[in-house]
Amino acid sequence: MLRGLYAIIYKESRHILRDPKTLFLMLVIPSLELTIFGYAVNLDVKNIPTVVYNLDGREASRKLIDTFVNTGYFQIRGEVGSDAELKRAIVAGKAKVGIKIPPDYTDTLLSGRKTQVQMLIDGSDSTSALQALNTGNAIAMLASLDILAETLGAAALPVEMRPRVLFNPDMKTANFMVPGLVGVIMQVVIMLLTAFAIVREKEQGTLEQLMVTPVSRLGLILGKLVPYGLVGIGETISVLLLMRFLFEVPIEGSLLYLAGFTLVFLFTTLSLGLLISTLTDNQIQALQFSFLILLPSFLLSGFMFPQETMPKVIYVIGQCVPATYFIHILRGIILRDAPIEALLPSGIVLACMGIAVITVATLRFHKTLA
Amino acid sequence: MSTETYPASPARPTIIKAVDLTRRFGPFTAVDHINLDIEEGDIFGFLGPNGSGKTTVIRMLCGLLRPTEGAAKVLGNDVTRDSEAVKRSIGYMSQQFSLYGDLSVMENLKFYAGIYGIPRRERAARIEEVINIVGIGDYRKQLALRLSGGWKQRLALACALVHRPKLMFLDEPTAGIDPVARRDLWNLLFDLAGQGVTFFVSTHYMDEAERCSHIGYIYYSKLIVYGTPSELKRMPEVTPDGAIRLELRAGQIAAAMRCLNTFPYVLDATIFADVVHVLTEEHTEQRIVDDLGRHGFPNASVQPIPATLEDVFVTLSREKERQRNA
Ligand SMILES: Nc1ncnc2c1ncn2[C@@H]1O[C@H](COP(=O)(O)OP(=O)(O)O)[C@@H](O)[C@H]1O
Ligand SMILES: [Mg+2]
Repeated sequence: MLRGLYAIIYKESRHILRDPKTLFLMLVIPSLELTIFGYAVNLDVKNIPTVVYNLDGREASRKLIDTFVNTGYFQIRGEVGSDAELKRAIVAGKAKVGIKIPPDYTDTLLSGRKTQVQMLIDGSDSTSALQALNTGNAIAMLASLDILAETLGAAALPVEMRPRVLFNPDMKTANFMVPGLVGVIMQVVIMLLTAFAIVREKEQGTLEQLMVTPVSRLGLILGKLVPYGLVGIGETISVLLLMRFLFEVPIEGSLLYLAGFTLVFLFTTLSLGLLISTLTDNQIQALQFSFLILLPSFLLSGFMFPQETMPKVIYVIGQCVPATYFIHILRGIILRDAPIEALLPSGIVLACMGIAVITVATLRFHKTLA
Repeated sequence: MSTETYPASPARPTIIKAVDLTRRFGPFTAVDHINLDIEEGDIFGFLGPNGSGKTTVIRMLCGLLRPTEGAAKVLGNDVTRDSEAVKRSIGYMSQQFSLYGDLSVMENLKFYAGIYGIPRRERAARIEEVINIVGIGDYRKQLALRLSGGWKQRLALACALVHRPKLMFLDEPTAGIDPVARRDLWNLLFDLAGQGVTFFVSTHYMDEAERCSHIGYIYYSKLIVYGTPSELKRMPEVTPDGAIRLELRAGQIAAAMRCLNTFPYVLDATIFADVVHVLTEEHTEQRIVDDLGRHGFPNASVQPIPATLEDVFVTLSREKERQRNA
């Protein structure tokens, strides 16, 4: 049943090693993608450029500005002297936030009346705008509470909410996004490794010669899978190292589980590539076919948008791509040190998918011409 | 000439037997009820113009394409039911170069030795053997894509020989290679045939046909002749009763041929390089020279010749063409 397996492995390895430039690219591109997209998806907005128009200038107003700076979200880029200047700074893109403190800020506060601090926010960058808005509100709330507590003479406020975020205490988006990104990038690069493996030989005419040999179908398919599996392992290791040491995402769970489940994912995804290769007649078709799987991997796998809110049909499509399960496993192991019972269901689905796909690929591949 | 007239000698086993082998692609019939009977040790030359169906026949005999109709046995195995057994026992060189260009000569050979399941212990010796047969020893480390056309074909032949097949299918092995390499390749085929390998070689070079022990000519999907070269040349359709073949030399042969075609007793005239082959009624040698002299070709001369294979194919193709148009 595996007739010719070793010969195919030998040949494919030769192809890979004969072309070190391509091999290098295969190993480097996933890391490059992770670096670029890793920074792109890093949604923590720090150091929002901010200008201040302080008409008061006394101690209380300076304290308020310090509160803004101390959150870490705002970076004061300068002081302005007029409303027009404040507006211009934002329109010109020099700042995304402008804070205007009225001349009577300190006086109003001391007299126990309500004062207004104006915050101009550039809404064209929705992420930073939202962050600035929330933080601004929180600062105002805290400042008010402090003053209230002081005037009431209460040592502490009666109810204090102390939320504690588990697993990712600093709420670093990198910790959440980067493992997902690893899953998506692996889906793309691993699948493309094998998507061309057979169709290329169809185009070159070498497949016809192979079909007249006694090579078995499974031998041919697995022979193509194994060498690219090794390349895939190399790619995974480099990407995980980058995640750990460049993005400083700690791996909470067991490396052994991580390795085991990653192998299952590699098997499934390489098989999917081979299936595409057997279903198509040329490399263009194979590429188009790949996009059919890659797009849902990006959008529906839970990498970008939570799956819980998706319409049923869309959700089901998302459940059909390996990346969905792999991302679930990656986040489980990396963020939560999830127990094996929580990981196994996804792992089993992945494995079943892989076996089904490679079976179809093998059966679909005929040693005769159409 | 059909298969019945081809004398089957009981001493030599049949290697390929095709009965009404037919292949359609949609409404188009690429191969139309072909019968073949090829015996051990034959060098069967499969001739026909481009697009006549040669590759399609070879693919069916190799178990690569399913026949739409009819059946064929190759080395005793049915090409449809036992296609894997067929594949194990034959060697095949496809029409376009189909080895791996980025692998060296040696790596290609190792790969095919592995694919054909040559036991590990024997592999090195077997590879050396085929390297010696095709004489590619100086190029062991050369990447296949850097070989010249002739050497590529030798490498392909070596790869197809590595499991010592008793039957080789070569689809236009000499297309696009230089004349010296062509002759060398044919000499190689004769050597191997001498060792008992049967060959099925397609080509559209007429001169190669002369070298084959048997010839089939396929024209518009149909096998229109089949036999040994001498049998073909003696075919009554080629030189009918009461007709003779003459080789004619004249000053301007193109004009002379046009003139010949107006003579009622001339059956056919075809230019071959600087002469015209004329099929004409018996005892008209002197009349041709006289008539041509009257039409302004004073120094025409004729001499009787036997039919060449090219005469055979041209005559029969014309005949078929007339039938198709009728
Ligand atoms: N897979 C195919 N689908 C449709 N038509 C085909 C196919 N293969 C061959 N043909 C047609 O069959 C005819 C015979 O082709 P082929 O056997 O390659 O001829 P040859 O080898 O003599 O040049 C051609 O007209 C070709 O276009
Ligand atoms: Mg052909």
